[in-house]
Amino acid sequence: MQNSIDLRKKRRWGETLIQASLFIAGAFSILTTVGIVYELGKEAMNFFAQVSLWEYFTGADWNPQIDQFGIWALLNATLMTTFIAMLVALPIGLSISLYLSEYASHRARRTLKPILEVLAGIPTVVYGYFALTFMTPLLRGIFGRDVVDIYNTASAGIVIGILIIPMVSSMSEDALSAVPRALRAAAYGLGATKLETAVKVVLPAAISGIMAAFIVAISRAIGETMIVAVAAGAGSNFTFNPFEAAETMTGHIVRISGGDLSYDSIDYNSIFAIGLTLFFMTLSLNVISQRIVRKYREVYE
Amino acid sequence: MTQIKEKEGFADNLPQRHRSGGFWSRLFQISTGVGIVALIALLLNITNSAFGYVATENKIDPETLAINGIPLEQLHPIDLTYILEQNVSAGFFRAQNNEKPFEERTREEIYDLVIERVVEPEAAATWSLFDSLVHKDKINAEVAEKYPNAELSFQSWINGSFLLSPQSADPERAGVRTAVLGSLWVVTITLLFAFPMGVGAAIYLEEYAGDKWFNRLIQTNINNLAGVPSIIYGILGLAIFVRGMEPITSGAFLGPVDPTTANGRTILSAGLTLGLLILPLVIINAQEAIRAVPGSLRQASFGLGATKWQTIWHHVLPNAIPGILTGTILAVSRALGETAPLVVVGASTFITFDPTSPFSKFTTLPIQIYQWTSRPQDEFRNIAAAAIIVLLIILLSLNVVAVYLRNRYSQKI
Repeated sequence: MQNSIDLRKKRRWGETLIQASLFIAGAFSILTTVGIVYELGKEAMNFFAQVSLWEYFTGADWNPQIDQFGIWALLNATLMTTFIAMLVALPIGLSISLYLSEYASHRARRTLKPILEVLAGIPTVVYGYFALTFMTPLLRGIFGRDVVDIYNTASAGIVIGILIIPMVSSMSEDALSAVPRALRAAAYGLGATKLETAVKVVLPAAISGIMAAFIVAISRAIGETMIVAVAAGAGSNFTFNPFEAAETMTGHIVRISGGDLSYDSIDYNSIFAIGLTLFFMTLSLNVISQRIVRKYREVYE
Repeated sequence: MTQIKEKEGFADNLPQRHRSGGFWSRLFQISTGVGIVALIALLLNITNSAFGYVATENKIDPETLAINGIPLEQLHPIDLTYILEQNVSAGFFRAQNNEKPFEERTREEIYDLVIERVVEPEAAATWSLFDSLVHKDKINAEVAEKYPNAELSFQSWINGSFLLSPQSADPERAGVRTAVLGSLWVVTITLLFAFPMGVGAAIYLEEYAGDKWFNRLIQTNINNLAGVPSIIYGILGLAIFVRGMEPITSGAFLGPVDPTTANGRTILSAGLTLGLLILPLVIINAQEAIRAVPGSLRQASFGLGATKWQTIWHHVLPNAIPGILTGTILAVSRALGETAPLVVVGASTFITFDPTSPFSKFTTLPIQIYQWTSRPQDEFRNIAAAAIIVLLIILLSLNVVAVYLRNRYSQKI
């Protein structure tokens, strides 16, 4: 009994080292965010040293050649494409989610869902090609070649909408499927039709998830780049006509950084200012969406 | 009395309620149809451009090049060299001869050169697959009228030479070789960075992290990063990898560098940028896979005296790895399709040579598609469509592997 086992906890340096490196890997994501805010902020500061905040946030003309830097020219185009995309994606996406979760048979759901997933997995540059070579000619065929420009925000917006449909439908469907069967059974028991059950009982119960899906969809549409870079046109244009060419914030960044951009030029600084604006817009939408889910989620036990 | 009236009202109402129920259910079905129609239209539209009739016009008719009645295809290499010497500039001929003497070249090589430089076939007009199939007679008539010297042939724009040729200013000879190799290089760097980093972070968050504020912050932060638009990562990559870490990403720390890439716009910068972009996706997917490993496995391992890391390495990870791989493959296919961040980081517009190291200039398949799509000429649309098909096939095969992994291992535990 003399050489008994030492039961005290042993310090294992190997384990500590591994844990430390795993912690660094985990904390690295924080570094990424700090990097985004710091780098974007730093260069944006250089930009705002030359352009006043007032001009940036109130101006409606963006012409770097003659020192006009009003974000509204680009922001307006972004909001236009986003709005058009939402007109397409929200009703269709919500309808698909209602169909899949409330109406479709098990088999139909099993075949339809992968098809929608394929739609979500196609690279956005392919959608850009689709917008330019299919949607634009289609719009020009319907509304006339004089009315619709070759590059226009309508075509880009509709195709962004198509791109986002699978996202809206799958997030909304998750929310709808999470509503317990008992609620549906109770509605049927009271004599409600299938539609009344779906729209008046299930939908309100899942509304927080659906709202979150909508907001994430808006954020995604605002940040969408390649479709607008290919199909919405180059050159800023403050217009409310969806058939005219207008450059969005993302489209502008892609166009001017496509060439060999020299550092410390106002163009170089400006993409950071636009990027920062974009970052805060999408970030706040994402945060709002997470808040909604957490705050208004109906908990059924 | 009133009770009966209400009942009648109720019954009257019923058919109308069912009608509207039927109407809306039809509408929901149609909406689902719209989604599927969009997908079909997209695929058809691409196929439509990737195949079709091409009217090719030759600058010099090959028949006039025949010597002593022997057609061009059957001429001896010496005669072919002679034709070449007669028809191209002396400087070009000498340059070619210096590159590889004509005596050492095969007949096919010289013949190809004659076709490329002397005959110079050029697409005068192209037609879509739909037109080619439906309006064949009309196309024949049009060619006969407008391009009397042109030869009409049915062409698949995606073919062997398209896959193997480098980029070219001439759509007839341009290919995706450089772009595909560039994509592979970039994605390899992305994977080397994001996989260990992402899995490490996931292990930390799932196995080690307690419910402290800092760990919650990491988790929230990762969820938010997943929603940041990809172009922001491009701007970040431009500031940090291209500009800030220029000595490293241009390869200058290893010695003298290629002056064209000394600005840091290299495969390494592109790969790291995409690595940052997919990192949150890899982490979230890996976390789910690790979470799915039952706790009883860990407890059994601890019970036998294993340390924390022994438990993770020998029991948790082997069970989670199929899920981790599936998630990583999906993240990689996202990286393969990304365009915007790479444009911002500084993809090259025109490269004709294969990338040789992480410090080479880069282009990728989506970048190539973007550039060809932006050109006004029809033929570039055709090869853009062909390149899209190549990209979609690569992505589809990756997804098939992911689904296979998921199905193969999902029932095990």
